[in-house]
Amino acid sequence: MNAQVSMNDFILQVEHLSMKFGGLIAIGDLSFQAKRGEITALIGPNGAGKTTVFNCITGFYKPSEGMITLSRRDGSNYLLERLPNHEIPARAKVARTFQNIRLFSGMTLLENLLVAQHNKLMKASGYTFLGLFGFSSYRQASAESIDLAKHWLEKANLVDRADDPAGDLPYGAQRRLEIARAMCTGPELLCLDEPAAGLNPKESASLNELLMDIKDNTGTSILLIEHDMSVVMQISDHVVVLEYGRKISDGSPQSVRTDPRVIAAYLGVDDEEVEEVLTEVGDEDVIEQLDTGPDAAHGPGSSASMMAGPVSDTVEHADEGERVMVSRGASKAAQVDAKAKTPRKSSERATGKPAAKSSTAKPRGGRK
Amino acid sequence: MAVTVSPERDVVATPIQRAFREALYAGAIALGLFVLFIGLRTDQNINNELILVQRWGLLALVVLAVVVGRFLYVAYAVPGLERSRAERAKAPAVAVEPGFVRRNFNKIGATVLILYPVAMVLLFGFQGSLKWVDNFGIQILIYVMLAWGLNIVIGLAGLLDLGYVAFYAVGAYAYALLGTHFGLSFWILLPAAGAMAAFWGVMLGFPVLRLRGDYLAIVTLAFGEIIRLVLINWREVTNGSAGISGIPKVSFFGLMSFNVSDPNYIAKVLGIAQSGAYYKIFLYYLILALCFLTAFVTIRLRRLPVGRAWEALREDEIACRSLGINTTTTKLTAFATGAMFGGFAGSFFAARQGFVSPESFVFLESAIILAIVVLGGMGSLGGIAVAALVMIGGTEILRELGFLKVVFGPDFTPELYRMLLFGVAMVIVMLWKPRGFVGSREPTAFLKERKAVSGSFTKEGHG
Repeated sequence: MNAQVSMNDFILQVEHLSMKFGGLIAIGDLSFQAKRGEITALIGPNGAGKTTVFNCITGFYKPSEGMITLSRRDGSNYLLERLPNHEIPARAKVARTFQNIRLFSGMTLLENLLVAQHNKLMKASGYTFLGLFGFSSYRQASAESIDLAKHWLEKANLVDRADDPAGDLPYGAQRRLEIARAMCTGPELLCLDEPAAGLNPKESASLNELLMDIKDNTGTSILLIEHDMSVVMQISDHVVVLEYGRKISDGSPQSVRTDPRVIAAYLGVDDEEVEEVLTEVGDEDVIEQLDTGPDAAHGPGSSASMMAGPVSDTVEHADEGERVMVSRGASKAAQVDAKAKTPRKSSERATGKPAAKSSTAKPRGGRK
Repeated sequence: MAVTVSPERDVVATPIQRAFREALYAGAIALGLFVLFIGLRTDQNINNELILVQRWGLLALVVLAVVVGRFLYVAYAVPGLERSRAERAKAPAVAVEPGFVRRNFNKIGATVLILYPVAMVLLFGFQGSLKWVDNFGIQILIYVMLAWGLNIVIGLAGLLDLGYVAFYAVGAYAYALLGTHFGLSFWILLPAAGAMAAFWGVMLGFPVLRLRGDYLAIVTLAFGEIIRLVLINWREVTNGSAGISGIPKVSFFGLMSFNVSDPNYIAKVLGIAQSGAYYKIFLYYLILALCFLTAFVTIRLRRLPVGRAWEALREDEIACRSLGINTTTTKLTAFATGAMFGGFAGSFFAARQGFVSPESFVFLESAIILAIVVLGGMGSLGGIAVAALVMIGGTEILRELGFLKVVFGPDFTPELYRMLLFGVAMVIVMLWKPRGFVGSREPTAFLKERKAVSGSFTKEGHG
């Protein structure tokens, strides 16, 4: 299916996506693509804005800036940021699961999967009127929907419990049911928010199997957020790493795994190393800027939150020991980034557009 | 109950000893509590002086009753309960086959309802059956229908609606106004009243779509009051609080009429004796048919995608949206469908009374309908019908308890205790069955076997 034009190779293209909550920048100028038929993983430390990206893609948030394009297999394109919430699953065929499981706990497993086929059944029941009078067209559609539900219950290994309430299931089974429910909507892109959270290794392995099965047999592309690296590294074809709402790495699992920025973001940098990095950064440009502009480093940089504007500000301004302490809470990845780039001494840094810098300077960044 | 016994003493004392001790404690507490309440009473004598009446005898009786009651409870009732519980725990966990009555509850219920007027006529004669068919049968069935209509909004969709009586009023006034001014028949106005109520349901639905839980409840309550105040103040149309009288009777599908003066009066057509009971019996079957219609539509809708979407909405609105369900239209259809049945019931009410006024549509009515839904178990039709029978039939039967005057003196009017008993009954039922008479939920589809879903898994909805 990838033999089409290159535009249609990507099922999802996120371009310059920003999401601001008041002064808080949860996502800043994020761009990435997800290929059709692949599993794309979105990883990053806690609070990096991964779930916010998901909420933007699935319409729960309206992004402040940017464009999210979804290309369906039939060639039609949808701008997800413009579609109403419920039309994203219905028309653009994007389904999602939630970090904290959201099942219809008082309904049986089967009913959960039937609710997922709402739009299809609604049409078959003539928007209730034909179904109310017992027309056979609805009965047939209803039987088909039960078959589909049964198919996914079998895939999720839950068919024995089909008639039990969803709230009665153990945690791992609830996760699988939520995926099965999302698949019953017939999605082209399946967004999974931490599907392996709270699973034991055995359950995690069976989840991998289920996801690989979905990818191989339905052609559904998967976008997943995950902290469990065993899941990410084993099944994903492409990994995007976020930190503080910005993309710090993008590529195959192997390349991401060895990326110093990713390692820094996850593990942090040694204190001595930070100092070293920052003194290296403190070149003439920065010192000049520091003399004229107000001292921004003490403000947002110390809060260690996403309030901290463009993180590179805090890094660039720091040129002495005292400042180093202040900026330690900010992006570790940016420090590594800066270290790598000092010899090149980019002049665009002074323009205060850090994101533009990162997308141009990064070796494996962005578009192909 | 109030006296807690430490575990060591619990082991030593036999039940009888313990009961004796606890009975003494309870007696002492009762004496302390009641000595001023019951033992002494202030009164006025013939000179308008305040005097103290001493009632030591009555106090002794009450305290004695407490002592004996506590003794019997601790010595016999508690060990008895424990024994039976232990036996039940010891017995193998065989799934209790539901009894014949429970298995065929719906069929038996429908049969009883269909045969009820016939039985009443056979028992009391035409004139004597009037009270039983009208005051009990029709009255209860109206509330059954209203509660089933509200059940769609609250029980299925989980939207707490405290202004449901507004739709009842819309239906009643729609029939009353169109019937008296334009002389249209009940059979045309019944669907018209339903449509109008449904329209107002959507009108209410639009502004409250964004609200949830308590906020939704308050706005719907206000909506109910607005409708009532409009009915009172828009005198040119509604005749204010004087109400509308002379509302035409329902005809037997235009073939026979129930007005004595008409040429096609039912007694003349069929050649039988004149009686007011024919109309009441006809009305009984009419409201019964409307109830069956409501039940049929509710059961059917639950198995259709829209009904499942309502229940899903009650369980989790965000998950609904993530599955592509348009929550706006889903909520509006729930409001409209519930309101439509309220409108049907309203137009029937107007036809039955022959008179409507805003007094019939006060908030208390909404509260009673809501209480019936909650008491019956949200979402279950059978439970709600039983709750309506208990609540409405129970308050009606208070009028029949004339013999209590013998016990409590000639001034005693049991009807006045209606709301008190109502409240006590609700508290007791909610303690005994917090999810209502029928707390479990019937699944709408199944693969292998239909298992009821326990009430502990279902949610009440949050708006």
